[in-house]
Amino acid sequence: MRWILLLGLLAAGCADVWNDPYPAAERGRNILYSAFTERPKHLDPVQSYTSDEAEFTQQVYEPPLQYHYLKRPYELVPLTAAEVPQPVTSQGGRYTVYTIRIRPGIRYQPHPAFVPQNQDLARARIERLASPYALPLGTRELTADDYIYQIKRLASPRLHSPILGLMSQYVAGLGDLAERLRKFDTRKGDWLDLRKHRLEGVEKVDRYTYRIRLKGRYPQFVYWLAMPFFAAMPWEAEKFFAQPGMAERNFTLDWWPVGTGPYMLTENNPNARMVLERNPNFRGEPYPAAGEPGDAAAGLLADAGKPMPFVDRVVFSREKESIPLWNKFLQGYYDAAGIPSDTFDQAVRVSVGGEVGLTPEMEAKGIRLRTAVEPTIFYLGVNMLDAAVGGSSARARKLRQALAIAVDWEEYISIFLNGRGRVAQDPLAPGIFGQRTGREGIDPVTHEWQNGRAERRPIGEARKLLAEAGYPDGRDAKTGAPLVLYLDTVGRGPGDKPRFDWWRRQFARLSIQLEIRDTDWNRFQEKIRKGSQQLYILGWNADYPDPENFLFLLAGAQARVPHGGENTSNFVNPEYDALFERMKDMPNSPERQAIIDRMVDIVRRDAPWIGGFHPVAYSLSHAWVMNGKPNSMARNSLKYVRVDADRRAALRREWNRPVLWPAGLLLVLLVASAVPAVLSYRRRERMAAKPA
Amino acid sequence: MLAYIVRRTLYAIPILVGINLITFALFFLVNTPDDVARMQLGVKRVTPEAIQKWKAEHGYDRPLLWNGTAPGAGKFTDTLFFRKSVKLFVLDFGSAEADNRDIASEIRARMGPSLALAIPVFLVGLAVNITFALGMAFFRATYLDFWGVILCVAMMSISSLFYIIGGQFLISKLWHLVPISGYAGGLDAVKFLVLPVLIGVVGGIGAGSRWYRTLFLEEMGKDYVRTARAKGLAESTVMFRHVLQNALIPILTGVVVVIPLLFMGSLLTESFFGIPGLGSYTIDAIQAQDFAVVRAMVFIGSVLYIVGLLLTDISYTLVDPRVRLA
Repeated sequence: MRWILLLGLLAAGCADVWNDPYPAAERGRNILYSAFTERPKHLDPVQSYTSDEAEFTQQVYEPPLQYHYLKRPYELVPLTAAEVPQPVTSQGGRYTVYTIRIRPGIRYQPHPAFVPQNQDLARARIERLASPYALPLGTRELTADDYIYQIKRLASPRLHSPILGLMSQYVAGLGDLAERLRKFDTRKGDWLDLRKHRLEGVEKVDRYTYRIRLKGRYPQFVYWLAMPFFAAMPWEAEKFFAQPGMAERNFTLDWWPVGTGPYMLTENNPNARMVLERNPNFRGEPYPAAGEPGDAAAGLLADAGKPMPFVDRVVFSREKESIPLWNKFLQGYYDAAGIPSDTFDQAVRVSVGGEVGLTPEMEAKGIRLRTAVEPTIFYLGVNMLDAAVGGSSARARKLRQALAIAVDWEEYISIFLNGRGRVAQDPLAPGIFGQRTGREGIDPVTHEWQNGRAERRPIGEARKLLAEAGYPDGRDAKTGAPLVLYLDTVGRGPGDKPRFDWWRRQFARLSIQLEIRDTDWNRFQEKIRKGSQQLYILGWNADYPDPENFLFLLAGAQARVPHGGENTSNFVNPEYDALFERMKDMPNSPERQAIIDRMVDIVRRDAPWIGGFHPVAYSLSHAWVMNGKPNSMARNSLKYVRVDADRRAALRREWNRPVLWPAGLLLVLLVASAVPAVLSYRRRERMAAKPA
Repeated sequence: MLAYIVRRTLYAIPILVGINLITFALFFLVNTPDDVARMQLGVKRVTPEAIQKWKAEHGYDRPLLWNGTAPGAGKFTDTLFFRKSVKLFVLDFGSAEADNRDIASEIRARMGPSLALAIPVFLVGLAVNITFALGMAFFRATYLDFWGVILCVAMMSISSLFYIIGGQFLISKLWHLVPISGYAGGLDAVKFLVLPVLIGVVGGIGAGSRWYRTLFLEEMGKDYVRTARAKGLAESTVMFRHVLQNALIPILTGVVVVIPLLFMGSLLTESFFGIPGLGSYTIDAIQAQDFAVVRAMVFIGSVLYIVGLLLTDISYTLVDPRVRLA
């Protein structure tokens, strides 16, 4: 009874929260709390190529350019550069030159690499270090040499840059440098000093200016200048981390980024927690003063002109499972979150008219929903080398067109994505130049315009096309054999069964038997490489917002089997390829639009992809988070975000008051359940021996 | 006894070589070195040159088990298996293939959180299970025993995932008593460990208590127990001074072998509670097809299991004077 009273008193008197996962000292501070699911593999800007990693690298490293945070379509603006460089052709168009001028006075974050005595540390000292930041810290000014050094690092034999192959085709001398370094680097030295090795296509003009010379034309190169591959890298950092003993302590440039950005990574435990701290040397870039229509009304221009970043610290906690992450978001311990499929109905309601909104529970908490179509496409591809469905014959084309009508992507999005997708009408993603919208934008092979919207063509039309292809009622007109097709896909376990059943039903609508060849990722990739797949599902996420970055996926020169490129359908159409060659180097213009229209028509007619969809990202944020706007191209968005820490602390207290009565009840039940045992024991002990 | 320990240690070497060979064979039965390279290099813009470079750098450009082109002993030593295996025996695990982080350093960092979870679950669980089992044995053939067994069967039939999700839902989400997930060092770890430890203990009650109850009942049927009762000893004295002591031998057999494996962490609990231990390290490595980490963790697990079996044998001599190791 005393216990129950004590618990009751505790419940009444306890005003604070018990379930706060963060240290008490952090309460009320200007900190942004976020989560990460996958531990990053690389934080070296030469090697890192995933969006998970960019979440960290793009807050620290600064390339010369960036995407405007608010404007759409996406627009490049200067970051450390004084202006967006314009291409200048030389030697009769043989070369294109970009001259990049960076702004003077930009300083690096405090880092031990900038202190000369830290460049020669004893191994014993390194072994005792808890963090590189335990050493004396220094800084220096950003110069053009740092950008040149980083471009040379693309060719380093000690690193694996995913874009070395691509850039070697364009940056003059890069492939040659890679070859020279490969022969030179015997790994006997501790540090490969790239300053001593000349890169023909990159030269320093003055302390703040450098020049990149490209072979031929490559207008999309300017987009690469907004990626961390082309960020500044101080040579001192590479030398510092190359000291013997550093790698054994996991002190490497791959894990401890060094940059000029608004934040610096001061705590690096990819198993549990990563912490970004405000870079005290950051120059205070102003918040944008203009955006797209509606931004001002949404409060996204309230901080216009104010120096960024607004948040002092960003704490990333690792959450491998979606349920704890979601619940901690609802408790206010994460400031923003996506919506797991399991909890979609708890968060979002879709009206009869298709309008998306938050549930009353979410609205009561002041949670905000933001949606954005991703510059990504997932498609059902056809291997054009396959004898049954591939090739350019009218028979095969009609079969593919019939399938393109029959596969109901609208239903797929509704069932498996909770409506979070948009049916792809062409290979381009929404928001990319060249994609038509509305009536002009529909795929006339699969859709028709009815009542102001795109409607999938009736299945009867697909059956007619199938009969014309020589498969009436799903049987070969000559042999009478049923048509059996094969879909290669990467299975994720028993949970895939509904999805596989759905695929079979789509094909069964045309009386076609679909066999699903469920395999692992490696085998799937092997089939794609060898061209032994028939139908398959894949996706592509844009590197940059240019139609070239989507349309090249169907260019003949990129065909996977003969050339090892990204055209996994092995689609080859001479007219398409000729148009692609013309289109890829053109600036956005009506002429380019006309070429893209023709290319899209070819793809729709030949149907190397049997439709697909663009995912729509749904993100939630709490009422105390300001300036949040989805930006699928840029990941350096943390500097724009502001939080109201006092409001967050108050709401966390309100939402997380401990509930103690169940614990008291449990205790009572435990005591009550012990009573019969005690009584039984006493009765037994007092019992007299039974007569024999 | 020393000779016995030395002999058992020597026996362990071929066992470890065999385990390493099996791990190697299983891994490369489903993955080629090219697959491993592709997995680590990502999916976008991976060229054949990049794959060759990665393989050469990580030693995957050698034949798997037999190098026909190498001279002499090189036919065996200049192979992927030999190069990757031999260093394990001097506990040089190298670096992970996925992220180049030093494996030994990772193991040292993750050992603490794993043990912080596993030791309380083990000790508290053992105490609770023995207590509950003794209670059921004490009240054998009564309705208390009957319902106790039913409760045990019900509890062992429930998936551990249910305990985890149910526990997080009730205790963390509805009652706000502890954080749902996370981890911190030092004393701050306590608030994160309360729930996973509680769930670990409760989840183990069913199977553990039933097994111990069986052991106790078996002891209670023996002659010395009847003699003790005939002497007029109280039932509690019979249970705690005689039955419990003699039932310790089979309990030890099952328990001591598990002690070294506590180090390996809990795969599921660590993932759900965000505890950065060795269990989640192993799971991550399997998902990332990081052979270096998988191989190291299997090797350590095998060594610990062998140590556990040895400790079990030694513990026999401590609890049963009749047993002698030679």
